[in-house]
Amino acid sequence: MLRITGGKVYDPANGIDGEVRELCVSDGKFVSAVESGRTIDATGMIVFPGGVDVHTHVAGGAINFARAMTPEDHRRTQAFIRSQTRRSGLGGMAPTTFATGYLYAGMGWTTVNEAAVPVLSARHTHEELGDIPIVDKSTLVLMANNEIVLDLLENGEYERAKNIVAWYIWAAKSYGVKAVNPGGVAAWKWGKDAKQLTSSIEGYSKLTPGDIILQLARICDDLGLPHPMHLHCNNLGAPGNISTTLDTLQHLEGHRAHIAHSQYHAYGGDDWDEMRSETAQLAEYFNTHPNITTDAGAVLFGDTVTITADGPWQHLLYKLTGRKWGNLDIENETGCGIVPYTYRPSNLVNAIQWSVGLELLLLIKNPWQVFLSTDHPNGGCFWRYPEIIQLLMCADFRKECLKKLPDKIKQRITLPEIVREYTLYEIATAMSAGPARALGLHQKGNLGVGCDADVVIYEHDDDVARMFGHPRYVIKGGEVVIEEGEIRATPDGREFIIKPHYDPGTEQFLQPLFEDCYTMAFENYPVEMERLENPDIRDCVPNL
Amino acid sequence: MSKIILRLKEQPTVPLEAEVLSPDTFADLSNDEIRSKIVYHGKRQRRVDDFFDVEGERSDDLELHGNLHRVRWIGRGMSRGRITVHGSVGMHLGAYMKGGEIEVHGNASDWIGAEMRRGLIRVHGNGGGQIGAGYRGSLKGMRNGTIIVDGSAGLEVGMRMRRGTIVIGGPAKDFTGLQMKGGTIVLLSGAEIRTGAWMIRGTIISLVPLQILPTFSYACQYTPDFLKVYSRQLQQLGITLPCDPADGAYELYSGDASVPGKGEVLVWNSA
Repeated sequence: MLRITGGKVYDPANGIDGEVRELCVSDGKFVSAVESGRTIDATGMIVFPGGVDVHTHVAGGAINFARAMTPEDHRRTQAFIRSQTRRSGLGGMAPTTFATGYLYAGMGWTTVNEAAVPVLSARHTHEELGDIPIVDKSTLVLMANNEIVLDLLENGEYERAKNIVAWYIWAAKSYGVKAVNPGGVAAWKWGKDAKQLTSSIEGYSKLTPGDIILQLARICDDLGLPHPMHLHCNNLGAPGNISTTLDTLQHLEGHRAHIAHSQYHAYGGDDWDEMRSETAQLAEYFNTHPNITTDAGAVLFGDTVTITADGPWQHLLYKLTGRKWGNLDIENETGCGIVPYTYRPSNLVNAIQWSVGLELLLLIKNPWQVFLSTDHPNGGCFWRYPEIIQLLMCADFRKECLKKLPDKIKQRITLPEIVREYTLYEIATAMSAGPARALGLHQKGNLGVGCDADVVIYEHDDDVARMFGHPRYVIKGGEVVIEEGEIRATPDGREFIIKPHYDPGTEQFLQPLFEDCYTMAFENYPVEMERLENPDIRDCVPNL
Repeated sequence: MSKIILRLKEQPTVPLEAEVLSPDTFADLSNDEIRSKIVYHGKRQRRVDDFFDVEGERSDDLELHGNLHRVRWIGRGMSRGRITVHGSVGMHLGAYMKGGEIEVHGNASDWIGAEMRRGLIRVHGNGGGQIGAGYRGSLKGMRNGTIIVDGSAGLEVGMRMRRGTIVIGGPAKDFTGLQMKGGTIVLLSGAEIRTGAWMIRGTIISLVPLQILPTFSYACQYTPDFLKVYSRQLQQLGITLPCDPADGAYELYSGDASVPGKGEVLVWNSA
């Protein structure tokens, strides 16, 4: 049992904005009162719900390939030396499994959502997630380029497609559906892409990316998934892609959706020389459509490694940079590309990207709609989130940073005109309460009675980045895991999964198709429950 | 200034990781402090004086004696001073070096001066492979500085080097100048096969005929002006490059076209 007294509590889920409250914890949950146990005196300190990362890449085949591709980073990065409480590991651009848990918990994040898992590498992903200590986890399974699903959608077999998607989610022991460049990655297998919603998809006669998006969004709603379709739109990263993004949003009207890393989807201009920010248009859409959420996918300057299921984009990025390129074959399910990258303030495109991420966070008015993310590791590493918080909370600091950018940028961005500064309450919403609600994890990001006792306590510091980078205490499930900058305990986190309803005949339909074209036996394909260390099955409320 | 002299008294049974053997570390330390510095014998932490007799203190002039072929990382990242070794040394001599001088009267193993930025390394015996190279995964090898090996060298000499000079007195093995991005490699006794493969820029000078890759094209015969300046510089280090037109000229091959690159391979052709 634990009591936290005297702290200024920021709990947006319950509308509490900096009031001094007492929090009581028993059996890993908040309760109204406790009789004994430790008391943490948080007088003068700031109390937040533990951070929730709605979109990150921390486990599985792609990030592991990224680790293997960047040995140069391992030599220079932060090393975790094995100790009584800690296993060894490496930080850096693609941290190792145990280090990932230490680094997330070390800055007060207690729940992470691995946003791209092909069914084929789900087993690998769960093995790695099992080795990420402290934080709770969930995963999203890649669906928008799965050839079996696309064939059904092409033939108008919606019901069967819905059953197959439900079966896949359970087979991957996943929590929801991710759609990456719908149709475009399937076309990549012919060396092509599908950039617009009406583009034809190589290998299909009438299916378009627009169809895939709409049908998948409907499937997610009909299955009653706690998290809506998590969409990485077509035409990522390209100048002028704002039109594709707005088309997509209009297409989704009437459905729930989460738009991933919208920073990469808000550019104007016709080519790289003409590229400019179009965040005003995109933010306006979000401001008038509260059913849609997004995460920023903000960019920070420095070295990182980009990994995505968007194979065609990664090939283009490789051609642009001339650096290393990895391309993984995920059979019929999706693609995967890996390219190490350095964002430089002197590079006009990178400078615009940096600005676009911040503009979206600042221009979308409701922090319940736009969440803190860097699309780790694509825009920057997750352990740099405190730098973004500083940029959001301090307009003067932003001005200082803007001075370092090329002069040519002035007409292409709106950031210099934005005076908004995030309050602590808004930060708590964008880093915790908002993403938790979007994920449908109602016991997270919430300090109310009955919720999971994940708390982060900061000592006030004028240096915002330092304050958020070095919390005084982090409490996960009622256990003090970080204290005085030291890792005190490394409990295992849970994995949230769902079991949506599907027709029992689904397997008989799938098996022959599968055996026809896959390289593994059907029996070995679904991930067994025993493979998950601490599964926690959440409810789906289907739309019947 | 006095010297710090270390004599190997016990041969390590497995490689000894001894990046503390550097003027930067020892310059301000007393004899006792030097003795107590940590070296890694395999995964075990040991003291410097478990393996070495230590004489002297507070100096940036180091002298090492003994057969140090299992001692790695000597002079790692050093920025000043001098290390003189009487005996052979293990891998990674002077890796990441930023300044100062290392002289080895003996052989050195692989990765001499890997990713170094400045300074001079001179090995009087033979060198190993990957001299001045970039470590696996790195985009760039040595950024500047000079490495001279009087004897032979192994594979991938100057792999991905960006700037600086490497001189190999004896024959070098395959893939000399692999993926080279700049700088100069001088081969006084030539190299085996695939010299300059994937080179993007930079210069490889050979004083004996080389087997040229098919992706290099013959350009012309000439003696570049810069060679005269270069040779005057190398003369101070005791290396002579022929550059008098009366003695002959260099055949210029350009490549590697498979990348495509603008590197040059110059092969001396005496008149």
